[in-house]
Amino acid sequence: MSRWLSFARLWALLVKETIQMRRDRVTFAMMIGIPLVQLMLFGFAINTDPKELPAALVAPTQDRFTRAMVGALELTGYYRFVAPDATAAEAEEMISRGDVVFVVTVPSDFGKRVEKGDAPTILIEADATDPSAASGAISTLGTVAQQALQRETGNTSADPAALSVVVHKRYNPEGVTQYNIVPGLLGVILQLTMVMMTAMALTREIERGTMENLLSMPATPLEIMLGKVVPYLGVGAVQVVVVLAAARMIFAVPMMGSLSVILLGIFVFVLALVILGYLISTVARTQMQAMQLTFFFFLPSLMLSGFMFPYRGMPGWAQALGEIFPLTHFLRLIRSVMLKGADVHTVAQSLLALTVFVLMLSLAALMRFRRTLD
Amino acid sequence: MSTPAIEVSELTKRFGERTVVDRVSLSVAKGEIAGFLGPNGSGKTTTIRLMCGLLQPDGGSGRVLGHDILTERGAIKREVGYMTQKFSFYEDLTIEENLSFVAGLYQMRRRREVVRDTLKDLGLWTRRGQLAGSLSGGWKQRLALAACVMHKPRLLMLDEPTAGVDPKARRDFWDEIHRLAADGLTVLVSTHYMDEAERCHRINYISYGTLVAQGTVEEVVRDAGLTTVVVTGEATSEAANKLRGAEGVDQIAPFGNTLHVVGRDGEALRRTVARVAAETGTQVADAETSLEDVFIQLMGDARDNMS
Repeated sequence: MSRWLSFARLWALLVKETIQMRRDRVTFAMMIGIPLVQLMLFGFAINTDPKELPAALVAPTQDRFTRAMVGALELTGYYRFVAPDATAAEAEEMISRGDVVFVVTVPSDFGKRVEKGDAPTILIEADATDPSAASGAISTLGTVAQQALQRETGNTSADPAALSVVVHKRYNPEGVTQYNIVPGLLGVILQLTMVMMTAMALTREIERGTMENLLSMPATPLEIMLGKVVPYLGVGAVQVVVVLAAARMIFAVPMMGSLSVILLGIFVFVLALVILGYLISTVARTQMQAMQLTFFFFLPSLMLSGFMFPYRGMPGWAQALGEIFPLTHFLRLIRSVMLKGADVHTVAQSLLALTVFVLMLSLAALMRFRRTLD
Repeated sequence: MSTPAIEVSELTKRFGERTVVDRVSLSVAKGEIAGFLGPNGSGKTTTIRLMCGLLQPDGGSGRVLGHDILTERGAIKREVGYMTQKFSFYEDLTIEENLSFVAGLYQMRRRREVVRDTLKDLGLWTRRGQLAGSLSGGWKQRLALAACVMHKPRLLMLDEPTAGVDPKARRDFWDEIHRLAADGLTVLVSTHYMDEAERCHRINYISYGTLVAQGTVEEVVRDAGLTTVVVTGEATSEAANKLRGAEGVDQIAPFGNTLHVVGRDGEALRRTVARVAAETGTQVADAETSLEDVFIQLMGDARDNMS
């Protein structure tokens, strides 16, 4: 017994381990804090059956039948008409940019046809880039619209042929999940490697004691930052080529937009990531802490960016929180360009958001950088 | 006399509540080898870092090579060579790669030739492709020194450069330092080896953040005003027991079969030792006070001031 397992020795080891665990504040805080934060955050934020999806209504004659139907659709909780009186061109622009998930088009002769008893038609266009996000809304659509119309006309006799709803699943008619996931994966892969690699780079200098030497020589903070960041941009470029080639050749993801817009978006995104990594490395004291901070950032951005779960399905506060992650903006950009063929004007907002990240993070990183060893 | 290479006054540095460097004033003349001595944790490294612009002082001011240590850090970094206590070049780079990195950071011209000459001077030309991490302690130290002087600094700051280096390598290292100083380089070197202190032109002794003694070795020993006697014989350990805490005795240190007894009050010391020698049958002789005796005395005094 005492030869293999002595309680005194085991106890000594346990005490020492507990003390060390308590001394490492960052790790300790993360062990307690992360599960709690994530439980609350993700538990409330994630919703695989999104409600209140933004929709646009194109109805040249806003008659009472249209209003009744729109009202009934909103009552289901799935639709929220953010643009109740859009032109066809405006609606096209909005769905392409991702501002709305649905465009409901009610033809101008709709009212007449209802009154005549002539089978009326409405067109629902759904953004199917994320096949799972819109499925709930689409499935309820036909019945709800039919019932609303019947109530309005006072015709209670069930007449299935009365309303025909045409559903267009835009951008991804077959509902292939890979089309949505693979471009997103590019963002996730870049984020994990870029942030972590750069976060470790500077902390390694501090941990090995080479930082003292580096600082005693005439190198400016800007030079040190660029020196750390640029090599990883090169690594990122290789990853981009690999993932884009695989998306094309293995997963057959369509490439609707221009490659140059995609590359521009990737460049700004990667720049934001490496500078974020650099910022982390000015905060972390050890490589271990740098890694923990990276994961602390990585998990929520994965969950709240719309990569794993529909962004539109999250409550408002969670969507607002999702906006602070560069990944959210990058996903919007690459999905719009690759799957919807969006041009540079359509994704300007996402590009701008990413640029703001780059500027703010650079400023913070340069300010955080310790020119001295203090 | 020209302006000193280092002239700092009232330098103070606090880390939280702790004052690590407390109003240290220091002056080092050009071309001088200045020893910077003190026990572990006395603030030597912090003071050096303050002087070469690696730390922001909480108080005091000063000039290094004529540049203000608060506002002209860039100029100081270009003209000072600083060798850290711990080997802080890249262990995963080869010897040659490390040197060309340093040469590049100092924007040196004809970088290739400078690196080649440095490697040849060091005797590392044939091993230039070896990873720096695989070098022995002595070689690492030589490489670090070479990298620090490659850009021809006017002042060299060495922080305990010979820790963990064998006596032969230490001797060679000091010969090199004297060669550099003869060429006009000013050197500030921190150490806690007494034999190294004696190789310096002047020494500055810092203890618990305060400068407690400075001057040449002779001056420091004389100013301390200590009397030292040596007790020899069969019963030195018995004599040691009787002398401990006795009147006039400040330090007792056994050296092999002899006993060094040191005290500030010479008369009281001699009286006490003579009495104990008679009781134990040991012999007493006068001895020279060594630098080490002085330092141990200074350390004890400083600790008394702390409490």
